[in-house]
Amino acid sequence: MLVESIMNTNVPTLPPTATIEEALHLLKKNKIRHIPIVDDENRVIGIVSDRDVRDASPSSLLKDADRKELQNEIQTIMSHPVVTVHPLDFVEEIARIFYEKEFAAVPVVHNDELVGIVTEKHMLHTFIQLTGTHVQSSQIEVKVPHRPGILPEVAQIIGDHNVNIVSVLVYPYLDDPHYKVLVFRVQTMNPMPIIRGIRDAGFKLLWPNNIMEPKL
Amino acid sequence: MSKKVKFVFSDDFSTYRFNDDHPFNQQRVLLTKDLLETSNLLDEEDIIPPRKATEEELALFHETQYIEAVKKASKGNLTKEEGLVFGLGTEDTPMFPNMHEASSYLVGGTLTAVDAVLSGQADHALNLGGGLHHGFERQAAGFCIYNDGAVAIKYIRNKYDLKVLYVDTDAHHGDGVQWAFYDDPNVCTFSIHETGRYLFPGTGDVRERGIKEGHGYSFNLPIDAYTQDESFLHVYETAFKEIVEYFKPDVILTQNGADAHTFDPLTHLCGSMSIFERIPLLAHELAHQYCDGKWIATGGGGYDIWRVVPRAWAQIWSVMKTERILEGDLPSSWLNKWQHVSPVPLPSTWHDGEEAFPQIPRKSEIEEKNYKLLLAMLKYAKISNSNS
Repeated sequence: MLVESIMNTNVPTLPPTATIEEALHLLKKNKIRHIPIVDDENRVIGIVSDRDVRDASPSSLLKDADRKELQNEIQTIMSHPVVTVHPLDFVEEIARIFYEKEFAAVPVVHNDELVGIVTEKHMLHTFIQLTGTHVQSSQIEVKVPHRPGILPEVAQIIGDHNVNIVSVLVYPYLDDPHYKVLVFRVQTMNPMPIIRGIRDAGFKLLWPNNIMEPKL
Repeated sequence: MSKKVKFVFSDDFSTYRFNDDHPFNQQRVLLTKDLLETSNLLDEEDIIPPRKATEEELALFHETQYIEAVKKASKGNLTKEEGLVFGLGTEDTPMFPNMHEASSYLVGGTLTAVDAVLSGQADHALNLGGGLHHGFERQAAGFCIYNDGAVAIKYIRNKYDLKVLYVDTDAHHGDGVQWAFYDDPNVCTFSIHETGRYLFPGTGDVRERGIKEGHGYSFNLPIDAYTQDESFLHVYETAFKEIVEYFKPDVILTQNGADAHTFDPLTHLCGSMSIFERIPLLAHELAHQYCDGKWIATGGGGYDIWRVVPRAWAQIWSVMKTERILEGDLPSSWLNKWQHVSPVPLPSTWHDGEEAFPQIPRKSEIEEKNYKLLLAMLKYAKISNSNS
C-alpha cells in the first residue's frame, strides 16, 4: 500500500515568519497537531507540533504572563531538517519511521514540494482496515507448517464453501520457525462448515480451539 | 386482574427458510408455541396474527433499491452478480422463493406487537419471529434480510414519537440496529454479546458509543468467550439498570437471541437457562418501573433449536403473562411429541442441571475482564450524564 493512497492532501501550513500565536490559532481551528513550515515555493523547511508551540507559549497559569513571546516567529522554534516521505513510499516504511523516531507525522514531498501529510493516527486507521475488523466477519486462526503452497491449500477450503475472505494475516507461531499462524476473517456468521473442513484436512485450529469440549 | 399480553404468531413465519442445511430455522417458534400450549400458558385469545409490513414501512429503514432487489430475488429474477451487491445469494443469506413476503411478515409481526402495546391494547407483546438485527439499510447479512427491530423503532419514532430503549441479548452484536440509530439521541441501544475479536460481526466494542447528537446513546458490553451465568448476569443487570435510569425511555424493545447458551453451535459463551430466566424478569421489572409496562420483545438468534430455544423463549412469555418463570419438569406431552424428531436428547426440566456445563479454567480472569468492561462502559454513561 502506497503513501499516496492514505495521505491527507489538505494540509494547513505556515511561512517561517508567522508568529507562534498564529500557529496556536491554526492548530486549534483545524484540530491538528502538526504544521509543516514552507517557503514561498512550497518547500518544507521545518515542522512544528502542538507541543513545540505550547512549550514556547506563556503558561496559562500565570495571569499577567508576558504575552510578547507569542509574537516570536515560528522559525525560532520549528524542528529542522524534516524527515519527509514520497507519495510512492510504502505505508509499512512510515510505520518504521514512527516506531524509531519521536514524532507522529511526516510531510509527503514530491518534486521538492509539499503534497500531503501522514499522521500516526492515519496509519493506524489504515492497519485497522487491513485487518478487516471493520467488515462483518468471523475470525478463524489456523496453525500450519511453514511450507510453500500452504496458504492456497487452506484458502481453497474457504473458497469451496463459497465464502468471501475479508483479510488474511500470516504471522510466526511463537518462536517456532517450522510453523506459521494463518488468520482469516471470513464474511459469514456461520463458519462451522469451514471449520469442519479445515479440521478434516488435518490442520490445527487455534480458534475456535474448544478448550472444554468440541462444539462440532 | 389478568394482564393484557399478546403473542404474535402465524404459520407464515416458517416460510422464512433459506435451505434445509441453514442454521436459521423458524421451526423454533413453532416448538416454543407448542411448548407454551402444552404448559397451558397460551390461549387462542392471546394470539394475534402478524400483518405483512408494507413497502413504505420497510422503507422507513431500508433503501428502496434494496427492497426492489429483494422483491426481484423473491421471484427468482435477480442474478448472482446483482445479488452480491446487496449481500443476497451468499452462504449466510441465500436467495429463496418468496423471500420478500416471508421477510415482510417477520417485520410486520414486530410492527403488530408495537401497535398492540402502544395503542394500549396490551401491556407487553412478543414476536418471536423477529429480532433480525444484522440487516443493513441496503444489505442482507448474518441470516437477516429485513431488519425488523430497526424498522419498528423508526415506526415508533414516526407514529408515536416516543423514546426507545433497545436491549439486545443475542450473543452476536446488534450492529444493524446500532448503526441505524447511531446519531439519534431519542433511541438508545444496548447490546451485550460475545466479543467481536473472533465472533461475527466483529463490532460492538465498548468504545462504540454513538456520534453527533447520538453520542452517549450506544452501549456495548463485548464479554469474553466462555463467560458463564454469574458474570453475564452481574454485568448485564448492573448495566441495564444504569442505562434505563440514565436514558429514561418511554418504551423498551428487547431482542432475545437465545444463542448465549453453552449448547449453541455458533458462539462460545457458556450460559445456562439461568440467564434466559433472568433476562425477561429484569426487562419486565424495568419496563414497569420506567415505561408504565410498555415492553415489546422479539426473538433473534438461537441455533440449538431443540434443547435451548423453546425453553428460553417460553420463559419470556411466561414472565409477560404471569410475572413468573416456569419451573420443574417440561410437559411430557411436549417431550413425547418432539423427542422422536429431535436429533439430540431433549432436556426434561425447565432449568438446566449442573452436569451439562464444563469447568472453565480461566473463569476468574474472564470475570475480571468482564467487570472492567462494565466499568469502562458505565464511565461513558456517567460522562454523558454530567454533560446533559
